[in-house]
Amino acid sequence: MTELINFVTVSLILVGIGVYGLVVKRNAIRMIFAIEIIANAANLNLIAFSRYLGDIQGQIFALFAIAIAAAEVAVGLAIIIIAYRLYKDIDVAAYKFLRG
Amino acid sequence: MADAAFIGLSVLTVASAIFALESREIIYGAIALAVSMLGIAGFFILLDSPFVAMFQIAVYVGAVAVLVIFIVMLVRTEALFSATEDRGRRIAGLIFSLLMMVGIGVLLFSSLFSTAEFSPLMEKIVTKIGTEMLTYYSPVFILLGLTLAGAIIGALTLARREDSDQFTSASPQYKKIQIDKNAEEKEQI
Repeated sequence: MTELINFVTVSLILVGIGVYGLVVKRNAIRMIFAIEIIANAANLNLIAFSRYLGDIQGQIFALFAIAIAAAEVAVGLAIIIIAYRLYKDIDVAAYKFLRG
Repeated sequence: MADAAFIGLSVLTVASAIFALESREIIYGAIALAVSMLGIAGFFILLDSPFVAMFQIAVYVGAVAVLVIFIVMLVRTEALFSATEDRGRRIAGLIFSLLMMVGIGVLLFSSLFSTAEFSPLMEKIVTKIGTEMLTYYSPVFILLGLTLAGAIIGALTLARREDSDQFTSASPQYKKIQIDKNAEEKEQI
């Protein structure tokens, strides 16, 4: 029988994968992928706990979180496009302009 | 039945999440990310929240994945392969994420949640979500709409080329530049 702990475990594994990608990858698009995986894991947690508590609030928060993530992806990809235009590269180590 | 679906979905989601980060070609990674998000939507259906699952499919698989695939196609292919990560960094990241997973996992499995059981099924979920969204959460709902509009306008403004009308062959500036170039070439001759 699937219970709360199973879903939270899957969410934990996804967060681990996302953190690994965010630490290791230098490709800007892959870093966006990693952020998306982490956001999805957080949504899964919200829904699982909403089901566990029998409360609707978790689902509403998840809906808001999905919409915010969509906005974040749009802006992030636009920033990648500009950076690619400036540097002709999507390696984040090449983006020297903002380095202090 | 639910067990088999759960195991299948977990394997699909986790495997495609790993493939999204580790695939050789980034376009396959983008497709794998879409599959991983579909797996998450399957989890939402298993958790008896079909409305959020539909929203997830519409927004993530329908909009975000398509957006990512377009961006991957816009960026030159050689640039996608130039980013190389060194071995030490990869091992350090692996150790860091494994430590984090083991730490949180130990905490989680020793807590009360490890034996927690789901409460009985809710009724009229979509009705409740609609009522809450348009009453208690209505300011948040409006702010969310404004945020999305702002993000889309911001993204369009950011990605717009400043010099775009200069370099289309139909614009008068372009013709002027061409005439100037021709005159310079003639002078040089």
